[in-house]
Amino acid sequence: MPAPNDFVLKVGTVNGSGSQTANLVLLRALFRMGVPCSGKNLFPSNIAGLPTWFEIRAHPRGWLARRRGVDLLVAMNPASAAQDLAEVLPGGVVVYDEPLALAGRRTDVAAHGVPFGKLVLEVCPEPRLRRLVVNMIYVGVVGRLLGLDRGELDAALARMLRGKEKALGLNRAAVDLGWRWAGDHLPAPCPVAVERPPRNLNEGRILVDGNAAAALGAVFAGVSVFAWYPITPSTSLGDALAGYLGKYRRDPATGKATFAVLQAEDELAAVGMAMGAGWAGARAMTSTSGPGISLMGELLGFAYYAEVPCVVVDVQRLGPSTGLPTRTAQGDILQVATLSHGDTRHPMLFPSSVAEAFTMAGDAFDLAERFQTPVFLMSDLDLGMNLWPSEPFPFPEKPLDRGKVLKEEDLARLGKGGFFRYVDRDGDGIPYRTLPGTPGGLGSYFTRGSGHDEFGRYTEDPAGYVKNVERIARKWETLRSALPAPEVIRAGTEPAPVGILHFGTTRWAVEEALSILREEHGIAADACRILAYPFHDGVGEFLRAHGDLYMVEQNRDGQMASLLRAANPEPVVGLEGILRYDGFPPDARSVVDAVLVGRRSAP
Amino acid sequence: MTAKVNRIGLPQDAYKGGKSTLCPGCGHDAVTASLIRVLFESGVEPWRLAKMSGIGCSSKTPGYFSSGSWAFNACHGRMPPVATGAVVANRTLLPLGVSGDGDTASIGLGHFVHALRRNVPLCYVVENNGVYGLTKGQFSATADRGAKLRGGEENTFEPVDVCTLALELGCGFVARSFAADKRQLETLLKAALSFPGTSVLDVVSPCVTFNDHEGSTRSYAWGREREHPVVEVGFVPHWEAPEVEIPAGEVREVPLPDGSLVRIRKVEEGFDTADAAGAWRRLREARARGEFLTGLFHLATGRPTFVEGLDLVEEPLALLPEGRLRPPRSALEDALDGLTP
Repeated sequence: MPAPNDFVLKVGTVNGSGSQTANLVLLRALFRMGVPCSGKNLFPSNIAGLPTWFEIRAHPRGWLARRRGVDLLVAMNPASAAQDLAEVLPGGVVVYDEPLALAGRRTDVAAHGVPFGKLVLEVCPEPRLRRLVVNMIYVGVVGRLLGLDRGELDAALARMLRGKEKALGLNRAAVDLGWRWAGDHLPAPCPVAVERPPRNLNEGRILVDGNAAAALGAVFAGVSVFAWYPITPSTSLGDALAGYLGKYRRDPATGKATFAVLQAEDELAAVGMAMGAGWAGARAMTSTSGPGISLMGELLGFAYYAEVPCVVVDVQRLGPSTGLPTRTAQGDILQVATLSHGDTRHPMLFPSSVAEAFTMAGDAFDLAERFQTPVFLMSDLDLGMNLWPSEPFPFPEKPLDRGKVLKEEDLARLGKGGFFRYVDRDGDGIPYRTLPGTPGGLGSYFTRGSGHDEFGRYTEDPAGYVKNVERIARKWETLRSALPAPEVIRAGTEPAPVGILHFGTTRWAVEEALSILREEHGIAADACRILAYPFHDGVGEFLRAHGDLYMVEQNRDGQMASLLRAANPEPVVGLEGILRYDGFPPDARSVVDAVLVGRRSAP
Repeated sequence: MTAKVNRIGLPQDAYKGGKSTLCPGCGHDAVTASLIRVLFESGVEPWRLAKMSGIGCSSKTPGYFSSGSWAFNACHGRMPPVATGAVVANRTLLPLGVSGDGDTASIGLGHFVHALRRNVPLCYVVENNGVYGLTKGQFSATADRGAKLRGGEENTFEPVDVCTLALELGCGFVARSFAADKRQLETLLKAALSFPGTSVLDVVSPCVTFNDHEGSTRSYAWGREREHPVVEVGFVPHWEAPEVEIPAGEVREVPLPDGSLVRIRKVEEGFDTADAAGAWRRLREARARGEFLTGLFHLATGRPTFVEGLDLVEEPLALLPEGRLRPPRSALEDALDGLTP
């Protein structure tokens, strides 16, 4: 029997049946009770009809990774019921729609049939709405079973349906019916249980998905042109951004917009618009996923070479080609690092949390304008579309860094011939730029993807060409020094025998794995979380300090490991990949198991 | 002797650019020369002009005029989205797109039609020679059916007609000219630059190296022999008073929002520049007959531009200070409150 507040609740329903609101009510009620928890939506690429799941994981220590095995299953979908039942751990509990007849199919779980079809008739006279309302009945049943606080359950429901009084009444009645039915028919106590912790562990915290967090980060970083083409799983970023901009970025005096949201005809146009806007001086951004990144490659190579700032958010999804749009991955790393032909390089930031999605979105704009280059925020579906608890985001205190932009008065001071677009005046590889429209007759330049020299002129002259691309390589080194150091967790003062590298959302499985390795296996491991590419020197130091190294990432080919090998002068020995590429976020036990195998086979 | 200056005090030389590297006699150089005169005579502030282009011989030409203007020589076919982003970021810019038939009608066709749909403020000049020059003479998508390459190979496909396409997509300024018809071209350029939304000016601009032979339908000889202006266009800039009133009926006068005036006198009986569907039918008919119609085919004002539809603040987004870009702390608190379960 799991300890209180340590369980996985899984709800299996049919996509399009409106179960999302019900699942969120459960998650929010749990959250309001002060129990650390998070929710993951495991959904199909489909509008309606295919199986979909929602998983809630609660853990007193606040582990956020996915965990294998289900403690409490709500089975509502005939198409997935057998598979869902198989995932329940021995001693677990199943609540199922009565016609599924799951009782007795497994002797090691307690299965309870609920006549949802009959119950819904009692609360919902409107046949059209029954399919939706039935979900709230399981909220009541599950709430009672788990021992959720009824007041928090009602409050969570009321907050979700603010301003929709009629819907609230209907849904509250459904929750109440489920609650009462469970009290009358189900045995108590339930082995899977919630207890209100002595201290509210969620006090002051928020619950948000990474796409909304990145959107909010962009709003407070002053994004002024956002061009996009909808693509799963980045779409909700665009939607959230448009919503926040409309709310917080209208001129108080006139009500006019200090932003533009442009829905492009395709990803080529989306990034083209962002680049045009970045070139003209706006804080410009696009968001997309892997297939969009492939399409944007040509123009982003241009932006690298012609030095046009823009921010690209890549909410990564699984697989080559169309792949699985609703499954998560970290599979665009290698592609983005050198996206486009020729010698092209791009910086990447790897947010692991919604808080970092917020702060790094802001950092990305400063870096893009400072270094006059596209900057990639490498999110993923797991971060972008799932709900994560977080401390409230800090208001950004640092002023916006608009980079080296010469204004009319600067140009006048420099005089005719005093400005050339790609000259390295400061020795840091970063040239000065001007914005089109700057009056005064000085400062115009020609932006081209064709070979050019430091004066911005087309050139086929080897010396002039090489001088400029070597200057861009110097700029890359300056950029490296501006990127964040890795976050290293040390087991002790001396390097531990095991070193685990990771980045992005893989963090949560790794941090939990560190504690399992220590507590259950007596293995001390250090962990190095990579926050950015190009790599900070600290990453190389970590590699050199450890002999038994693991790189945990969510792709088949060990993409980050490839970049590490390419970036380090001496051979990276003993770097074992712990790779997850089935579309689901990694769990801590898989990481632990892989390390244990590695330890056994170590010489 | 001091050089003649325009109304903002600049000599014509201020609108010149680098030396052309195109073939001597190229139609595009004639268009460039016309642009220099038009920008000078129109008194365009060079720093407001944004020269946008893609890839191809035509797309190189922004290097050959108005070196005091910013230029963005984008990837092949991608000029319209880049221009769109630029003019949204800074609505005071005057984007001039110079593109070719490969750039516009093949690789960039999708972007071209979407710029038209949106009515992006963009003067879009297509230097149309029916052929790929830089890759040495393949047909482009605007080549007429039955047109012949130098080696005698015949085009069997239907052409993409950028003018009928523009009419179909609601473009309010659709015109065609001929690089050798300097007077008409320059008047149309002035009007196109004053038009608030997307103006399309398709200029038949012969390629002297690969498509100026017998059997070509984009040669100088073919153009000179067949050019048939459907209307005669006059342009009165906003700073000049219109001359004496002309009796109604003979001339259609269309005021543009910047205060200038376009005067259209019918040459072909029954051709009405206010009637997009009629213009579309006449152009289709001309294609079937092998006619070369030029002039302003359609002019209609009043459709909001893409930028107008965005309900933006007056100042360019690109120049907004931090205080207007970053919302106050209270806004973040409000947003976070919405994320508290």
